[in-house]
Amino acid sequence: MSKSVPVAIASLVGFLMIVAYFSPYLLPWRQAAEDWYSIIAAIAMVYGGVNLCIHHLKKISDREAGWGFSAVTVLAFAFTVVAGLLKLGVVPESVANLDHAWSGRFQQEGGLLWWNFQYLMSPIVSTMFALLAFYVASAAFRAFRAKNIEAVLLLATALIVLIGQTKDREITSLFMPAPTDGSSPYLPIADVTEFIRKTFVTSGQRAIIIGVSLGVVATSLRVLLGLDRNYLGGDE
Amino acid sequence: MRSMMTSTGTAANIRTAVLILVFLCLGSSKSIAAEASEPNGPSKEASLAAKVFDEGKTAFAILTISICGLVVVCTELARRGKPFYVRPIAGLQAIEEAVGRSTEMGKPILYVAGLEDLNEIDTVAGLTILSGVAKVAAEYDTPLEVPTSRALVMTAAREAVQAAALAAGRPDYYDEDRIYYITYEQFGFVASVCGWIYREKPAACFYLGKFFAESLILAETGNAVSAIQIAGTAETTQLPFFVAACDYTLIGEELFAASAYLSGEPAQLGMLKGQDLGKLAAILLITVGSLLATWDSISPRGNDADGKPLPRRSHLITETVLKGG
Repeated sequence: MSKSVPVAIASLVGFLMIVAYFSPYLLPWRQAAEDWYSIIAAIAMVYGGVNLCIHHLKKISDREAGWGFSAVTVLAFAFTVVAGLLKLGVVPESVANLDHAWSGRFQQEGGLLWWNFQYLMSPIVSTMFALLAFYVASAAFRAFRAKNIEAVLLLATALIVLIGQTKDREITSLFMPAPTDGSSPYLPIADVTEFIRKTFVTSGQRAIIIGVSLGVVATSLRVLLGLDRNYLGGDE
Repeated sequence: MRSMMTSTGTAANIRTAVLILVFLCLGSSKSIAAEASEPNGPSKEASLAAKVFDEGKTAFAILTISICGLVVVCTELARRGKPFYVRPIAGLQAIEEAVGRSTEMGKPILYVAGLEDLNEIDTVAGLTILSGVAKVAAEYDTPLEVPTSRALVMTAAREAVQAAALAAGRPDYYDEDRIYYITYEQFGFVASVCGWIYREKPAACFYLGKFFAESLILAETGNAVSAIQIAGTAETTQLPFFVAACDYTLIGEELFAASAYLSGEPAQLGMLKGQDLGKLAAILLITVGSLLATWDSISPRGNDADGKPLPRRSHLITETVLKGG
């Protein structure tokens, strides 16, 4: 019984979302279901924040390994919540609201929350993103080894695609003899790159997408028909 | 007995859903009659909103019902005893190997169910595999760490692991402090997980769900601590990174087949076969469409008597079977 009600709700709402695509009459119901989901997700976010605090405060109190990171997390969380909720540094935006201190938007430029995002959050996120370049290089160095014919083909394709992304015409023109018609010499590596992307890559990607789409249909049907209940903790 | 109860419960769900939809359709037909009897007809938008069925999507509706029907028919055939063969999937067969390795080394297991919420089917598939991994981990008594990026996923993951521990006969294995929410921010999440990987040095890492740019950071960090890594995602842009950095990769639909593969239930295996028949239909459409498009480019149809260009032959596929999608 405790699993039947959630499965029934999931089935009804799921089928409603599917049928509403074909039936304009049901679109308001579909919109209502999406709004309900947004409300539940917002409540879940509060639950997640509370869980975050409890998890890290427990680590600090138990002095577990790495508790210093938990202390920084809790401090940053508290700072952001206070700055956003109290709208610290935010000023009224219109003359009519001068008497209302909290009438400005909480993301107002110059406010403490904006400053937090602009000068702390963004640089940190950009730093993590920049690490990707080094990880790509290390993964490529490890993966692209010419051990057999397939690996050699992979390596050659990777080299062509890599050079094609750069200023290949300027680079290759340095090593080639000038043609008799006076034009600049170059190897059409970028054209080969484009050909590889448009034919081999696109076709392979589309094949995977077709398989994924059918997999999504089958998995969704399993969930909607109640055959797969692992997301609820399995069968009773 | 359990399968009968499940099928009875499923039939009840379907009956309830059909009854409610019929009720809605009856109600909508009344509203259409009321609209038609008004002296001034409704606007185009209002008439579209009052329509029960959008005729422009008829072909796509038929295609959808056909594919879903194929899946359901194969499920019924499997329930009645028809055997279906499913090829071995290396990544799923390696789950027990990975958990065993962690047990021998005395190290924990890391499981990341993706970065999206429970409304993404990739996440649901990831949670399904989490049940299987948690059951094996409970049997071996190996700690399982499940950091999540969404609170709803955290809740569902806790349910899944608790149920798996119960199924393995180890209710004391479940520890809710090991399944926790970090942040929904992409790189904040991956920074936290990578820090945990470097500190705890897990022996096995599972990345199964929806991933984006952070996939390579996770995979390379796991590789740096020499963990055995099993990954799976339906994001085609991230598959090359997982293939390059992980030991086993579930590519696209293999992620969705995991539930059927791990459970071994005939009904779920039947659904896989229905999926394969859908793929066969797609191959047929692509082949016919390609031949028609090639015929068009070699020998175009030209113009009709009024001088207007005739529709291309490939429109037989794109403007009929696939129209409205």
